[in-house]
Amino acid sequence: MTSTVGVPAGQSTRTGRRFSLSWLGVVPFFAYVGLFLLLPTGLVVIQAFGTPEGQPTLSNIRALGESYVLTAFWRSIQLSFATAAIGAIFGALLAYLVVSGPADGLLRRTVTAVAGVLAQFGGVTLAFAFMVSVGNQGLVTLLLQDTGISVSGGWLYELSGLIVVYLYFQIPLMVLVFLPALDGVKPQWREATESLGGSTWAYWRHVAAPLLAPPFMGAFLLLFANAFAAYATAAALISQGGIIIPLQIRAAMTSETVLGQENVAKALALGMVIVVAVAMALYSWMQRRSARWLQ
Amino acid sequence: MAAVTTELTKTGDSPRRNGIGLRARSARRTRVIRVLAMLPFGLFFAVPLIALIEFSTRSSDLYGERTLEYWRAIGDNPDLLIALRDSLLLALITSVVALALLVPTMVWVRLRLPKLQRVVEFLCLLPLTIPALVLVVGLGPIYLWIAYFTPAEYDSSPLVLAFAYVVLVMPYMYRALDAGLQAIDVRTLSEAARSLGAGWFTVMVRVILPNVFSAVLNASLLAVALVLGEFTVASLLNYDNLQVAINLQAQASVGVSVALAAAALIFVFILLFALSFVGRRRSTAKGK
Repeated sequence: MTSTVGVPAGQSTRTGRRFSLSWLGVVPFFAYVGLFLLLPTGLVVIQAFGTPEGQPTLSNIRALGESYVLTAFWRSIQLSFATAAIGAIFGALLAYLVVSGPADGLLRRTVTAVAGVLAQFGGVTLAFAFMVSVGNQGLVTLLLQDTGISVSGGWLYELSGLIVVYLYFQIPLMVLVFLPALDGVKPQWREATESLGGSTWAYWRHVAAPLLAPPFMGAFLLLFANAFAAYATAAALISQGGIIIPLQIRAAMTSETVLGQENVAKALALGMVIVVAVAMALYSWMQRRSARWLQ
Repeated sequence: MAAVTTELTKTGDSPRRNGIGLRARSARRTRVIRVLAMLPFGLFFAVPLIALIEFSTRSSDLYGERTLEYWRAIGDNPDLLIALRDSLLLALITSVVALALLVPTMVWVRLRLPKLQRVVEFLCLLPLTIPALVLVVGLGPIYLWIAYFTPAEYDSSPLVLAFAYVVLVMPYMYRALDAGLQAIDVRTLSEAARSLGAGWFTVMVRVILPNVFSAVLNASLLAVALVLGEFTVASLLNYDNLQVAINLQAQASVGVSVALAAAALIFVFILLFALSFVGRRRSTAKGK
């Protein structure tokens, strides 16, 4: 790449060559990331504004305004908001129960390890696990029917079912994210409040809550993005149709019935990545903010 | 649930105002309340897993006889076995390629191009922000090219998914490796080896790698767990990996599918539990 011809001084030749050789060391990494991460992302953005023949068009983006897409987006937002809110509250509660126990006890180690596993759990197996517990022939359904309560498993395949199933990985994720924040709350702060005559309520209202609010909000945003982007569990649970955006993307990708609509999937993906990126950016901003106090 | 928390904070507060005997008693009460409050959580997380095992060991339905028939049937199903083999191979290839890509780059950037460290970190963590589903939409055209250049006898072999999986495991691998590399003095080690006449390959394989072995193990286990559970990319690009095969098999026999899903899950759980122990041993060693 570099020719040393024409470089007069020996010193600069050496630095010049070392400079270029150093760069060679990272070429494989950047080539790989460019080809399999940046190029596909770029393709999504570019082709969202193009016809399959490569002509620029806004028709894909216009498809985002169709009522069925808007409904799916609205349902996705409902699902993400509900699972993020419920997951954040119960996850924070569970984290608090763990933190208020002994610092290096068996309970804490077990909960952290299990949460680490379950936060990554999803897809076909998770869908199966819920089908065989609260589906039509599920364990819980049958047990309840035995006791005389008539229930059916149909709700599992609707939005309400998705909310319950998503909580299975949202709550553990919240525990993982929120535990360090709770650890950062120092007992001295409580003692200081008490020595100044503050009640438990005053401590929570004026010390703990303001300190924990930014990490809590940050974790909420992370959970929101996590639910919004999740695909595998919903796809395994609901095999037809597109009640939420990820399933709409599947429908747009797999159906070849509508000619000229191939790039609608890219427009939908673009909409999704924008929502997720905004939530994640806010999350990392919140995290930096709370890092000042809670370490 | 809210009532439980307020009670908890009250009892947690009372010892300071009461005597020693009362303190011990209320500490015990706090513990009991804590365990009681955790019960609903335990139930919510345990029931689906119990149902999974229960369902896969009963003939016909949940009232049927206990049987291991479905577990045995996994071995008689060639489609499932091929998918299982391919997913295990994919896990191996993904781990090796990702390690070969990340370890030298991260070491090199530390030694020679510290300015690029932020860029590399940003790129490695980027897949956390770009959902796999979005990536798969953009990978469609690229995989058409890959299929075009694949030799005919390997057509539709899911092993090409490794290209995409390396990107998916990058954030998790990066974090594990970064923690390992931070714990050792990469510069001194490599300069010492270089001054004794070692080439870069020797530095990488015989000096750096043994020193970050637990981080490498950690990163590989994470990659294996992730690849074995992967469904999104494979199903949308129409390749048959383990999860896609399990999902397809469910239409023929739910029992066998559930059994294989449970088996894969148990395997991944063991892997990830092993991982949490690897991580802890390293952190306690560092603490000393």
